Amino acid sequence: MAHSTNVDPNTPLEYQSEIGKLNIFGFWVFLGAEVALFATIFATFFVLESGTVGGPLPSEVFDLKNTIIMTLLLLISSFTSGLSINELRRRNVKGMMVWLVITLLFGAGFLYMEITEFLHLIHEGAAMGTNAYWSSFYLLTGTHGLHVSLGMLWIILVMFQVKRQGLNPDTAKKLFVSSLYWHFLDFVWIFVFTSVYLLGMVG
Amino acid sequence: MFDFIKDNLILNDPLIIGANISIVFTVIGIVATLTYFKKWKWLWNDWITSVDHKKIGIMYIIAALIMLFRGGVDALLMRAQLTVPNNEFLSSQHYNEIFTTHGTIMILFMAMPFLLGLMNVVVPLQIGARDVAFPFLNNLSFWSFMFGAILFNMSFVFGGSPDAGWTNYAPLAIEGSPGPGINYYLLGLQISGIGTLLTGINFVVTIIKMRAPGMTLLRMPMFTWTTLITAFIIVFAFPILTVTLALMTFDRLFGTHFFTLTAGGNPMLWSNLFWLWGHPEVYIVILPAFGIFSEIIATFARKTLFGYKSMIISLVAISGLSFVVWVHHFFTMGGSAAVNSVFSISTMAIAIPTGIKIFNWLGTLYKGRIEFTVAMMWSVAFIPTFLIGGVTGVMLGMAAADFQYHNNYFLVAHFHYTLIAGVVFACFAGFVYWYPKMFGHKMNERIGKWAFWFFSIGFNVCFLPQFVLGFSGMPRRVYTYGPEDGWTALNVISSVGAFGMGVGFMIIVYNVYYSYRFAKRELSGDAWDGRTLEWATSSAIPPHYNFAHVPEVKSADAFYYMKQERKESGKPEKVEYKPIHMPSNAGTPFIMSGLFFVGGFGLVFELWWMAILALIGIFGCMAYRSLFSHKQDAGYYVSVEEIEKTENPYKREA
Repeated sequence: MAHSTNVDPNTPLEYQSEIGKLNIFGFWVFLGAEVALFATIFATFFVLESGTVGGPLPSEVFDLKNTIIMTLLLLISSFTSGLSINELRRRNVKGMMVWLVITLLFGAGFLYMEITEFLHLIHEGAAMGTNAYWSSFYLLTGTHGLHVSLGMLWIILVMFQVKRQGLNPDTAKKLFVSSLYWHFLDFVWIFVFTSVYLLGMVG
Repeated sequence: MFDFIKDNLILNDPLIIGANISIVFTVIGIVATLTYFKKWKWLWNDWITSVDHKKIGIMYIIAALIMLFRGGVDALLMRAQLTVPNNEFLSSQHYNEIFTTHGTIMILFMAMPFLLGLMNVVVPLQIGARDVAFPFLNNLSFWSFMFGAILFNMSFVFGGSPDAGWTNYAPLAIEGSPGPGINYYLLGLQISGIGTLLTGINFVVTIIKMRAPGMTLLRMPMFTWTTLITAFIIVFAFPILTVTLALMTFDRLFGTHFFTLTAGGNPMLWSNLFWLWGHPEVYIVILPAFGIFSEIIATFARKTLFGYKSMIISLVAISGLSFVVWVHHFFTMGGSAAVNSVFSISTMAIAIPTGIKIFNWLGTLYKGRIEFTVAMMWSVAFIPTFLIGGVTGVMLGMAAADFQYHNNYFLVAHFHYTLIAGVVFACFAGFVYWYPKMFGHKMNERIGKWAFWFFSIGFNVCFLPQFVLGFSGMPRRVYTYGPEDGWTALNVISSVGAFGMGVGFMIIVYNVYYSYRFAKRELSGDAWDGRTLEWATSSAIPPHYNFAHVPEVKSADAFYYMKQERKESGKPEKVEYKPIHMPSNAGTPFIMSGLFFVGGFGLVFELWWMAILALIGIFGCMAYRSLFSHKQDAGYYVSVEEIEKTENPYKREA
């Protein structure tokens, strides 16, 4: 049943269709799998942390000020993504779109800084093929960065659909799910920031 | 382009040339038949793009049987090579390739899809659902599995097979194996792994959210329970495989150093990560097998499953423990005594919940009115044979003793006793048991019993001697041995047994043909006087919407009690039909999985342009899906008239 009739109008729009409920629950399960994925990558990173032979030490090349700005950009984008869902609940398409654009801009800022950081590191002699530490560094941050880029493309695609179809249980579900994804990336980044950059500065 | 093909097509081995020729003829044969009978459209509309869980299940099972054939031929070639000492039938390199593909195919492309196929056919019916939660995704799961399998299987005719064992340990698989073989392994598994992960998510959601009214968690049939637990293990274990394969792919293709010792990497990281996925994987294939046996034993002992709740508790316990035993695969790694002790104890702890299950089945059989159908014979044979596998597993689990058993034939015999007596017996049992549900007629019982005796006796003759071979020191994965080793007699016996298993398999295949021609067609949906909802459908092969009216569940063994109730009350009550909403077919998954195949192939041979084009195509498919999902998921309604037309012929007086 694609759209069940007589639903409680107080139910959030994204939960009003059967398929919406299934998709949102399924997405939570998918996020569980993503946790397992990132956990494995973190484990790999910690195992290979001491493999710094033949390359610069992380504490020599990390620029903590840069990373703190990146962290703030992503944290704020998560907050604005939450605000866009708030506007969705109020059925205010315009406000929602504005917050989504702001979210995307913060995300783009984050990505820009991450790419410049990578270029800087490579310039300093810390590339993917330098040693095991840098291999796992790029694996971890790169997987996260790839997720962020895909998330941005996805949000743009969903915004396009909202523009065309307006708000309905289907588009609301997509907005909601993509914002869950965005929050998840923020959550992962907190661990990246702490265990890669902060510990890397001390270690 | 021509040079590329000429360099990689394998033409120097008579066995492989034979395979090449037979592949060409089979493909020509299939294409010609489809064209002659004008069946292309039927193939596309009724099967390839179908989102019907029953059809997807059948496709999984057909693929699994073909892979069982391929893996079985590998096994027979190995046995042929090992029958006599100093044999020159296969070269060492060829032997390496064969045991690698045998292991990989049997676990990932035979056992998994066979069980996923049975789950697909049965689970939605057992919980009274129309289909799985995400039918589109289900189709994508199947095709990405299938294209991953094709990519992997292509290796032996084009470019050379992987040759580092199914465990593919570093550094052998990196520095020790140039050529595309290992790339095939990494990418074939990666692509089919995506499909498995999606299936895991699909079944978690299906079972938790789509059960018929009244079916509480503790009223679910045991096979559904095992599927749920398995799906959870898949969700948490397969991402580990994804990462592990990616690490080695990067090492081989992009020059990273995850496993290079000299650049700070660690080869043991592969072993740990591989088994961190690999051990849960063992339970991913064995738990559904337990579920199948539970259903069959309860049905043919005519009793409710004994100790239902203890069974569920032990299932959950096993699923948890499965993630904390991985080091027992390499006690010889050089970890400390403390590390080995911890994993030794956790390994032995698994024997407790598994032992509970043995008593569950024995308790169900006790005082039951046992009917020895073929499915039941597989199930009853499973209990003692699997027990041998389990007990030898505990022997291997003792870290100190394991230094003696490590990588010799004792181990080989052990895991074949668990995987064949556990999983393969279950696949055959489930295949026979649910055959009428899939094809509308039973398999011939007499021929089935011949197959059973050939296969199960052959199995024991093949693998019991291998325990002894292990004790006399025969290492695993050697391609030959000398007459002075004294292993000849037992190896001859073992090969005879393997041949018996081959005969058993051929009889099963013949039985499919024989039963198709001659078996009596089932008139009702209840072929075995079953106890669970999949037997409650109006016709033998359920209509595409499964149930015209979703049944209401009042107890465990729901259908059994419904039948009791119906007997007492006389006539079944009249139900009013309502239009049923069904999902529509989807072609995108097939195209997208095809692109995965193309991209995977590009990466295997480092043809970057091909990989990049395929990747763009995959993103295109995803964007297309996102933009049009509201139309694709709209589906259609089956009208009341159509339901009546389908259902009425099956209405009989009670």
